Amino acid sequence: MNGWSNERAAEIFPMVLEGFWVVLKVALVAGIIAVALGLLIAIAEQTAPTWFRRPLSGVMQFVRNTPLLVQVLLVWYATSLYINPEWTAFAVGSAVLGVHYASYTSESYRAGIEAIPQGQWEAATALSLPVHRTWFAVILPQMMRRSSAAVANWIIAMFKEVPVLFAIGVIEMIARVQEYQGLHYSGSLEGYTIAGLLFLAASYPVAVAMRRLEIRLAKSHF
Amino acid sequence: MPSPTSNEQRQRNGPEPIIRFDRVNKSFGDLRVLNELSFDIDAGERVTLIGPSGSGKTTILRLLMTLEHVTPVKHPDENGGVIWVEGKPLSHMEKGGKLHVASERYLRQARQKIGMVFQQFNLFPNMKVLRNVTESQVHTLKRSKDEAEAKARDLLELVGLSDKIDNYPSQLSGGQQQRVAIARALAMDPDILLLDEVTSALDPELVADVLGVLRDIADTTSITMLIVTHEMGFARDVSNRVMMFDQGVIVEEDSPDKIFSNPQEVRTQDFLRAVLAE
Ligand SMILES: Nc1ncnc2c1ncn2[C@@H]1O[C@H](COP(=O)(O)OP(=O)(O)OP(=O)(O)O)[C@@H](O)[C@H]1O
Ligand SMILES: [Mg+2]
Repeated sequence: MNGWSNERAAEIFPMVLEGFWVVLKVALVAGIIAVALGLLIAIAEQTAPTWFRRPLSGVMQFVRNTPLLVQVLLVWYATSLYINPEWTAFAVGSAVLGVHYASYTSESYRAGIEAIPQGQWEAATALSLPVHRTWFAVILPQMMRRSSAAVANWIIAMFKEVPVLFAIGVIEMIARVQEYQGLHYSGSLEGYTIAGLLFLAASYPVAVAMRRLEIRLAKSHF
Repeated sequence: MPSPTSNEQRQRNGPEPIIRFDRVNKSFGDLRVLNELSFDIDAGERVTLIGPSGSGKTTILRLLMTLEHVTPVKHPDENGGVIWVEGKPLSHMEKGGKLHVASERYLRQARQKIGMVFQQFNLFPNMKVLRNVTESQVHTLKRSKDEAEAKARDLLELVGLSDKIDNYPSQLSGGQQQRVAIARALAMDPDILLLDEVTSALDPELVADVLGVLRDIADTTSITMLIVTHEMGFARDVSNRVMMFDQGVIVEEDSPDKIFSNPQEVRTQDFLRAVLAE
């Protein structure tokens, strides 16, 4: 094993950065899925008929209670065997990551919906508001206020788990470091350090923005 | 217990009542709250419901607002268990000349002429005052935005809150919030207004303003009102009939003067003594 080398670090940096762009792309796709699908699931859990709700919460239960890595590998092999072997690791990996975190965000949304006083629903009924209006004008804005911080925390947690997709060959940072290590028999130390620093650099502004958002919400009248 | 305002007489003589409870049942699980309750209310009447806690007053208002549903009976055409509003069934719908339990879609239409003001105000905290009053005008009644805003401004002036239009509910006192809630209910042009202990959640010094607004409305409109309140002075001034409930049945009903000055039933006497002693 070799010790730290600045030259090696400089050499490996562009490769790791390239891998990091992939991480960001995955995070973006998976994040959108987690935010949007989680909301749809939370709404379905409140409104859908039982025959749909039961299996839905069963699937979500399964997704929450099995390891992400197992899900990624299982879906990757299952889709390539039975559905379409052409699907890329990027697409399948992002989707699985997004669905996995949607199972968590849906819980945060659900908590936000359940915290809304019954009187809000009753007022909407007393005014004969159409169902879609009750949801979009009354319930969801109040839910967002309650759930946004928790959902943002899930997205940050998800971001840090993107490297799990290395297991199915998404060419992100780990893959790049290993590629370099394979060619030069060194570079892991520098590569993983840079990878960690890049994650930190990306997470920090998000954490600051969230703190700001929380302060703003606390101060606003709604 | 024949009295000048008894239901039997009204049913024989008067015009069609605006509200008719026909042998209405309501149970929560094993608890039977209303047992074949019947009464009529004429258009324009102001009726105050009094009675001890748990006697079913709120349940009656919530049934009218369709926030609760009657416990169905077999063959409603013969056996009743039906609430009628303006000559049409509210708890049921007519299909093929027979009454069936109302669907959610039917209720959406049926409840539109009924408005309710809640003890806890239940304003929408995410909307400013003006939008609290326009929201259902625009989206339920499909009024234009301009029309809805003009009406909201008028109503907010009526309740003395013209200067709070751009505030959020959280910036208002309880009494102000309740007055917005009254404006919001009136914006739907209801024929029937349900008021369930609308001043009970207020600090004592804020009660008078809210009652003042309600007195105004009672004086200047012909809206039918069902009022549940512990404010006996207000009930006496505003209502033309008082119904005393206990355990889901009408113990006694009469003009407020008679009920408050000379109650006939022991249970009414006891109840009034307890309330006035507070
Ligand atoms: N959703 C519910 N589930 C179970 N029981 C209920 C429910 N709503 C009301 N009840 C019961 O029905 C009975 C009548 O309640 P209701 O609220 O109509 O009384 P009330 O006359 O309004 O009393 P109060 O003066 O305390 O407001 C009570 O025994 C109450 O506990
Ligand atoms: Mg009550």
